[in-house]
Parts: sequence; C-alpha cells; structure tokens
Amino acid sequence: MTTQDGQPLIHARGLVKRFGELVAVDAIDFDLQRGEAFGFLGPNGAGKTSTMRMIGCVSPVSEGTLRVFDLDPAEDGVEIRARLGVVPQEDSLDLELTVRENIIVYGRYFGLARSVLKQRADELLDFVELTERAKDRVEPLSGGMKRRLTIARSLVNEPEVLLLDEPTTGLDPQARHVVWDRLYRLKRQGVTLLLTTHYMDEAEQLCDRLVVMDKGKIVAEGSPRELIERYSTREVVELRFADDDGRPEDFSEWTDGLVSRVEPLPDRVLLYTDDGDAASHGLHERGLVPESILVRRSTLEDVFLHLTGRSLIE
Amino acid sequence: MSEVAAHTRLTPWPRSRPAGLLIVERNAMVYRRSWMILLSGFFEPLFYLTFFVYPLGDFIGGVTLGDETLEYAAFVGPALLAASAMNGAFYDATNVFWKLRYGKVYDAMLSTPISPGDVAVGETMWAVVRSLLYSAAFLNILLVLGLIESWWGLLILPACFVIGFGFAGAGIAAVTWMRNWQDFDLVQLVMLPMFLFATTFFPLSVYPEAIEWLVQALPLYHGIELIRALATGDVSAFQLVNVAYLGLMGIVGMKIASRRIDGLLLK
Repeated sequence: MTTQDGQPLIHARGLVKRFGELVAVDAIDFDLQRGEAFGFLGPNGAGKTSTMRMIGCVSPVSEGTLRVFDLDPAEDGVEIRARLGVVPQEDSLDLELTVRENIIVYGRYFGLARSVLKQRADELLDFVELTERAKDRVEPLSGGMKRRLTIARSLVNEPEVLLLDEPTTGLDPQARHVVWDRLYRLKRQGVTLLLTTHYMDEAEQLCDRLVVMDKGKIVAEGSPRELIERYSTREVVELRFADDDGRPEDFSEWTDGLVSRVEPLPDRVLLYTDDGDAASHGLHERGLVPESILVRRSTLEDVFLHLTGRSLIE
Repeated sequence: MSEVAAHTRLTPWPRSRPAGLLIVERNAMVYRRSWMILLSGFFEPLFYLTFFVYPLGDFIGGVTLGDETLEYAAFVGPALLAASAMNGAFYDATNVFWKLRYGKVYDAMLSTPISPGDVAVGETMWAVVRSLLYSAAFLNILLVLGLIESWWGLLILPACFVIGFGFAGAGIAAVTWMRNWQDFDLVQLVMLPMFLFATTFFPLSVYPEAIEWLVQALPLYHGIELIRALATGDVSAFQLVNVAYLGLMGIVGMKIASRRIDGLLLK
C-alpha cells in the first residue's frame, strides 16, 4: 500500500520497550500508511498497549527507531500528540464534568477556541449518538456510551491518526456493534486507524492489514484474508466429545489423509481442511462418532492458534 | 453528521498561550458547581478570631514589638491571614493526590499536547487562585475589625499571592511522594506544629536563641513576618527575604512536581 507522498505516518524499526527486566515489546518493525486501518492482534500481555503508548508519546522508547509523522517522539512529543487522537483501553473521562464539557475541555487542551469547540462538540455528540445525554454527568453512562464519548473526544482535534487500544473490550455484543459501526464510518471517511485488539472478529471487520503479536514479537503480518490463506486452511471441522472416554488419544489413525492438520484442545478438537464436509463425511465412514460436528470457515483465531499454539482469549 | 475526518488542520500549532492556564480553566469549570466551599475559608478564621483570639486578648492584653505595643488581635490577625493563605494553597494542592493516583484525568491530559510541566504549573496556579479567594475574604474581615493599621496593607493581597504560591508549589511536590491516605497524617504532623510555632500566637522573643533559629527557618514564619509587617507598617528589607524564600519554595516545588509527575505517569 502506498500514499501520495510515500512517507509512512508511523515507522518503527527494532522498536523495544523494557520495564526493568521485562521486555514488553521485543524489536518490532512496522509501517502505517495514510488512510489504512491497521491492527495489532494478540492476547493480553503481547505488548500491544506498550506499543500504542510509545506511539502516543506517553511512554519513552527503550531502544530502536520510532518516527511518527516523521517526527521523533522523544523530541517532538507535544507536536505529535497535537496531531493524534487517542482512545485508551481504560476510559479516562473527566468524571467531574458533563458529557459535552468533556469534549470542550479536551479540545481546549489542544488550544482550540471555545467558540469552535461548542459547535464541534455538538457535531461529535451527534456522530456518536449522545446528543440527548449532553448535559448529563459521565458517571451514570453505560460502558458503551462512555466508550463512544471517548471516541468522540478523541476526534475533537481532527486527528491524522486515531489510536484505539482495545476499543470494545468489556462491552456487551450490542454496544460493540455500535462502536464498530462508528469506526467503520470513520474509516470510510478516510481517517487512518491504528487499533489493538484480542478479538479476531474485530480485527477481521475493521483492519485492512494487521500484525499478529505474541510475547512482544510480531509473528505474522498481512491482510486478514492473506493471513488465513497463509497460516490456515479454508475450513475447520470442530469435534466435541461427550466425555474423555469417547475421545481418541491419538487422532492420526482417524484423520490421516483426510485433513491437513489436527489441533486438539481441552474442550474440542479442530481439524484443518479445505473441504470440511468431505472430511466429516470421511470421519463418519471410518466410524468416529463425536457428540457434535461443526464445519466453519477459518478465522484469525485459527491463525493465532497455529502460530503460537495458544488461543487469543485465555 | 457530515464529516469528522481531518481535511484542513484545525489545531493551531504551536500554541499561543501557556498550557498551564488550560488546567486552571478546566478546574474552574468543575469548581463552578462547588463554590460554596469558599465559605469555609471565610468562616474558619472568623471563628478563630471570635472565639479564641479576642477572648485570649482580654486575658493577656497587648503584645510589645520593639517599642510599640499592639492589641493582641492586631498581632494575631495578620498571622492567621498568612496561615489561611498557606492552608488554602497547600491543602488545595494536595487534592491533586486523588487525580494523580485514582482519577484518570491526567492520563487523558497527557495524551494531548499538555505536558507534565503544564500540569505542575497549572495545578499550582489553581491552588494559588483558590487560596487568594480565601485570603481576600479574610482580609475583608480584618479591615472591618480595624486590624490593618498601615497603608502598606495595600500590598497584603499580593503578599498572600506569594505565600499561596510558595505553599502551593510545596504542596504539589509533596503530593507526588504520597502513596496513600495515611501519608496525609505525616503531612499534618508537619503542618500543625508549624502553624502553632511560627510566631502565630506569640512573638519570636519568647523562645531561647537556638529555637529562634529553628522557627526562623520555617516557611510559615516568613509568610507571617511578611503580612504582619505590611499590616503594622513596620516594613524593612527583611520582607524581601520573606518574598524570596517563599517564591523560591514555589518554583522548586513546581520543578520537583513536574519531574515526579513525568516519572509517575509517563512510564
């Protein structure tokens, strides 16, 4: 992917973050281009938040190169922050102010004029569907509303890049879909998005391109479709067994020649194959009778499992 | 909603005004809803005067300073004003504790162009503003009671600003070292004796010489000397020392706070 000027908005090479002995981010390389939606997919503790904080200039780089808008976070943190929008993992709303005041005050931190902000706050509240709550305190809002307000707030300075750290973690499914819808609209308007998530469906829905992170390292990079093609099969057969007695110790005699890979998990067994129906048919002919069989498409969850041997949400 | 994406740059950069003022502005927005607190700053010294200083004055008569004898209330009143400026600034500054340790307000601020130095300056200035409001209210009481005897008294409010600044800076620095609410008891262990011993209720000459030196090292002593000199009109070059002491304390406090906030929040 290229931009008009070809210069990436964010550029990292050998980026490291250490906390004492702990290496949270272990020499990662990536580039963010203007207009794309780029994701860091990985479980908790993979180093996603540490990376976001370094980009947001609220955490010093331990080692390596990081350029944001071709500026150095160590030198030009103030200017970089003026051009970023940040949605942190934990809501950091001002509980002593109303919904609308939260946006206005936050905009004031960027030095924007009050007269400009009053209009802007109304537009943004409309965008995140919080107009009716404008004069309310923040505390009684639901988790989804607080997250939407945080997103509205982060847009007040018309940022060139929007950083979203786990934007829907802790939200119920309905609230998540509302947030996704708003983010999708931003993306269509050409806002550059950089997000972290441990939800594979979030990554699949929102990201044009993503990197898979595990234990501080980037283990794969590509579009969701590319990653699935490269590291998984087209389909997956999920087998569940009523109890351990019915579950074979060794699957090779049942699955040899039928599937390309077997992934036994504690609660189920995953069989990777390009034709799920044919494989489950084959198993049936060989006499294996699990309690249930589910054929589904491969997801990024399968990619992560293949790359790390663990699942995303533990 | 039309477009929320960036088309033209809306953020003026670099900013034209000191960012610390934006924090004062934020706090003022919050404070609009709780201005009643101001009354406590007004009534507390009034109660002190009515129920403690005047009755005690009847009991002990006047205080002799040099060759002049002062009514007891005219001796203690200015000192109470200095102590009120101190308490207003210091305790308002330590309110930052909640924001620093539990609230996420600063995390949000620091992801904007606001820097830790702006936070330190802004919170210090805000504590000074509040302290000045208490001081102005109390100064009115002293005037009504006729306890300000000199035209130098016109400089009392600016002097309260200096006292407020010194203790606000010290308070902002102190709060960054506090880990829990118990640490506030330690602060009280310093503040209360200082209030009692810094010549608030009796002149320095009552102490033996060694203790005199100790008392003269206390910051509140310099605040009291400053206000008392302006109220009685007995002004000397020593008042410049008072101002320098308190001003330096404020600046050093803000510097320390700025570095500490950086270390605490920007890990």
